[in-house]
Amino acid sequence: MNGYIYYPGCSLKGGSRHYEESILPVFREIGMPLLELEDWNCCGATAYFSVDDTMAAAICGRNLSLAEKTGKDIIAPCAGCYLTLKKSNKFLTSSQPKAAKILKDLKSVGSEYQGKVNVKHPLEVLIKDVGVDKIKDKVRRPLKGLKVACYYGCQLVRPYTDFDDPDYPTKLDVLLEAVGAEAVKYSAKTRCCGGSLTGTIEEVGLRLNYILLKEAKRKGADLIATICPLCQFNLEITQSKIVSKYKDDIRLPILYFSQLLGLALGIAKEDLGFSRSIISLKPVWKKLENGGTR
Amino acid sequence: MEIQKKVKYEEELDAGFLEEIKAMSGCKEIQECIQCGTCSSSCPMAVYMDYPPRKIIAMIKSGFKDETLKSFTIWLCPSCYTCQVRCPSKIKITDIMYALKRKAIQEKVYPARFAIPVLDKEMTRLISKYGRNSELWLIINLYLKSHNPFGMLKMAPLGIKLMKTGRMSLKRESIKGKKQLRGLLKAIREDAQ
Repeated sequence: MNGYIYYPGCSLKGGSRHYEESILPVFREIGMPLLELEDWNCCGATAYFSVDDTMAAAICGRNLSLAEKTGKDIIAPCAGCYLTLKKSNKFLTSSQPKAAKILKDLKSVGSEYQGKVNVKHPLEVLIKDVGVDKIKDKVRRPLKGLKVACYYGCQLVRPYTDFDDPDYPTKLDVLLEAVGAEAVKYSAKTRCCGGSLTGTIEEVGLRLNYILLKEAKRKGADLIATICPLCQFNLEITQSKIVSKYKDDIRLPILYFSQLLGLALGIAKEDLGFSRSIISLKPVWKKLENGGTR
Repeated sequence: MEIQKKVKYEEELDAGFLEEIKAMSGCKEIQECIQCGTCSSSCPMAVYMDYPPRKIIAMIKSGFKDETLKSFTIWLCPSCYTCQVRCPSKIKITDIMYALKRKAIQEKVYPARFAIPVLDKEMTRLISKYGRNSELWLIINLYLKSHNPFGMLKMAPLGIKLMKTGRMSLKRESIKGKKQLRGLLKAIREDAQ
């Protein structure tokens, strides 16, 4: 397929709209403006697969079919959507009899899918299609002096991704270092944030996020950069409860990698969704003003 | 104190359970398990589980159907796939956990007001009906159908912050192709019968 069509998913239209607000300008800036897939439906995430896996693959098939008609591959910034669409795509294009049945049902409702679409994450596209060197050339405001803990979470790097290591990925570190930031050695970079557990079993959710925040703090990070809406949400909204429960001030700004990238590319601060942050970003602005002199 | 018997003799086990699970999608490699424990040591949730993943696999293989399907473990798996990518026998452990969740729901042996299956079912319902999930409605329904509805009050300070930053809306999301989507799900349902 030629080029990419943008699949937002529910988060980027809801609680994580600052991810959309930063990823779109970034891709415009690098000369690859993204159009949104018309009438996409939700991917179903982990929930649908826990209830009915055949239907879960089928609803993803509808999205894949819509994308195929545009002649473009899917770009999905949410790690949950990315994995779910990729998993279903793999299943639907397999030789399993169940897959053939789903394809037949898709066709019967005018949603034929031939299996031509690839599903990519923006990080993958930036690294593989655009290239770090080209991005480096476009930097107008290097993120000098900013120490970043690059957090990959789980579903971007496991189990299907072939562009980075499932246990110790480095591509986000490479990208943010290319635009001037310093990536700290972050051993918790692929440890799980708990996903929806923060909303269902809070005690467990708080503990998991405490571990992630504590480790970033210990490494002297000024902020955590994320690639997934649920990770960003969990790491941000649990902070006030963690501070009071564990009596430990682990407060840290949690930003999307695209917000940082946009900043480095010279896009106006106001156009990157920073005002959506619940945690104060003052320490980040201060660091950037000082440009690393401390 | 009396000693409680927790082991089961052969006649008390469910001999068909392994085959039942093996027939489910992603589960056929389960018999290759060498009980090395890589899954349990990799699992960020293992400390909260009643049976860590290695034990769950052993229990399936031995026919402990009731204990497996009623375990806390299967609901705690957040699908981080760490066990799955590390398993030396290439067993799709995360997919097995998904299969167990589905089986527990199908056989109605899960705690009906327990938040995790409620969330899964509620999100599935919203998407099947409207084609889209609406975050706020999902949370409201989660509280009404599981936790004490008054628990929502505790969420108010966060809700206000999210409202203020424009990250929460009452709008119910929906797609144009609802009819097509429902038709698709109907066809799948009929195929399964």
